[in-house]
Amino acid sequence: MLLIKRDYKTKVFKRFSFLFMSSRYSQIGISIFMGITIICFLGPFFINFPYDKTQLELGATAPSLKHPFGTDTLGRDLLVRTLIGGQISILVGFLATFISLVIGVIFGMISGFSGKKTDACMMRFVDTLYALPFTIIIILLTVLFGRSLVLIFIAIGALEWLTLARIVRGETRNIRAKPYVEAATLIGLSKFKILSKHILPNLISPVIVFATLTIPSVILLESVISFLGLGVQAPMTSWGSLINEGAQKFDIYPWLLIFPALFFSLTILSLNFIGDALRDQLIS
Amino acid sequence: MCTLILKRLLQAIPTLWIIASLTFILMHCTPGGPFDQEKAINSEVKKLIESHYNIDKPIHEQYIIFIKNRILLDFGPSYKYVGWDVDEIILDTFPISLELGFYALLIALSTGVPLGILTALNHGKSTEIFFMGLSLVGICLPAFVLGPILLMIFSTELGWLNPYGWNTFGDRLLPSLTLGLFYAAFIARLTRSSTLDVLNEPYIKTARAKGLSTFRIIIIHSLRSALSPVISYLGPAIAGMISGSFVVETLFSIPGLGSFFVNSAFNRDYTMIMGTVLFYAALIIVLNLIVDLIQIWINPRLRK
Repeated sequence: MLLIKRDYKTKVFKRFSFLFMSSRYSQIGISIFMGITIICFLGPFFINFPYDKTQLELGATAPSLKHPFGTDTLGRDLLVRTLIGGQISILVGFLATFISLVIGVIFGMISGFSGKKTDACMMRFVDTLYALPFTIIIILLTVLFGRSLVLIFIAIGALEWLTLARIVRGETRNIRAKPYVEAATLIGLSKFKILSKHILPNLISPVIVFATLTIPSVILLESVISFLGLGVQAPMTSWGSLINEGAQKFDIYPWLLIFPALFFSLTILSLNFIGDALRDQLIS
Repeated sequence: MCTLILKRLLQAIPTLWIIASLTFILMHCTPGGPFDQEKAINSEVKKLIESHYNIDKPIHEQYIIFIKNRILLDFGPSYKYVGWDVDEIILDTFPISLELGFYALLIALSTGVPLGILTALNHGKSTEIFFMGLSLVGICLPAFVLGPILLMIFSTELGWLNPYGWNTFGDRLLPSLTLGLFYAAFIARLTRSSTLDVLNEPYIKTARAKGLSTFRIIIIHSLRSALSPVISYLGPAIAGMISGSFVVETLFSIPGLGSFFVNSAFNRDYTMIMGTVLFYAALIIVLNLIVDLIQIWINPRLRK
């Protein structure tokens, strides 16, 4: 029994590594993305300046040996702010995607596995939500309930699950028609057991691929909200708000714009690489 | 065709109703009224203000008045721009946003589609690698990154164009490019892959065997089916352009609806926010319907 289990785990691991590592593009994408993530999360430990330490007498200075990315108008080290901002953006990307994953998979599985009427009701509900303007509703939520990171996680996660629910529903319906699910029903397994033991494991690949495609769009959405000044509150920062600060003063202090924009674009680029490669992999 | 339009418009009613109710509930869930200020207002004055804006009535009556007014397309007075109705503000500012969106869409389609076809025809050559690399860069530069960079190059360094305003043709150039190039890149990629698919179809081989010119094959035989995914992408693209217009209009100080919406979000101008949200929702529904109709017009297989 133990042997079988271990075998199953290595199989899942192999499937993952096959999905992510089989194409050149996704290898490049993963290396860049992992690099940026590691720098963002470990880098601040090696820099002596806290992200919110102002040095007003210093003001904005161009990149130098002491401050490799320069400093902003309040004399804060831009390198450490870019890294901290990256932490926030990447965290929002992953956590919000995770929330949407949980909602989408559960909703989609139930919809796909239940009878015609329930299914139709649940899908009409998704259709209705689909027509809502997401960004606008998230802006509305941040206005009404104040700006907090938790709210942004939940709001984005709660709105991004719709496409996933559709995909999961379709897949569930396909798997449901397979003989082994029929056999499982015949030997009297409960619905919950069938869903968790037979259907969920087979959903992993499409769900992983779609989640990878969701992460950059979530990071983008968070950055748009931060850029408009409705994201995390100062002195906390994210790439969107850093780019916003840079955009206001780019004619005098161009480095304020260039470095955060570079990090941001590289991240989105690498995630797109991974997502595209995974999608090709799934289709072929 | 007519039944489809009717069905979709009927489906729009519950969606709009949900949005209206949602905004109403959310607004009443938040602590503090719109006229709470640090300095307490005279209670009689406050009563007068509240009765003027109908917020002294019990909540279910407020809801009925609210829904009734929305059906009559009356979005109520703005809380912060005193003396202005929200519908007046929308009517005044929306044409500017529409113009911006139109130019951006024009740029996206007129550069994206030809580039996609060009790269598909040069499959495997260096032209393809160059333009696809360029489009990949374009996809990673959303409006709020591209806009400041364009401003930096064309108005600060070269001094060719004004950084702000919406008066001359030159003023319209940078904002439209900022909004449109991202979608141009995406459309180029879509067109490329769908054209590649179509070029492998047997009827294209037949057309080639008959000795038709490449130009004719592309324009007459492949474009119609190759454009189908591009047109289905237009729905999400338009929704994305609306949120992009918030960024672009703020960045270039354009007095369009987008910048008013962002401002009202800062000012907590509740009626203005709700009115704009409803307006945008209706707009997205109508535009999606138009996109679907074009889709049906282009692809006869969808006509059932």
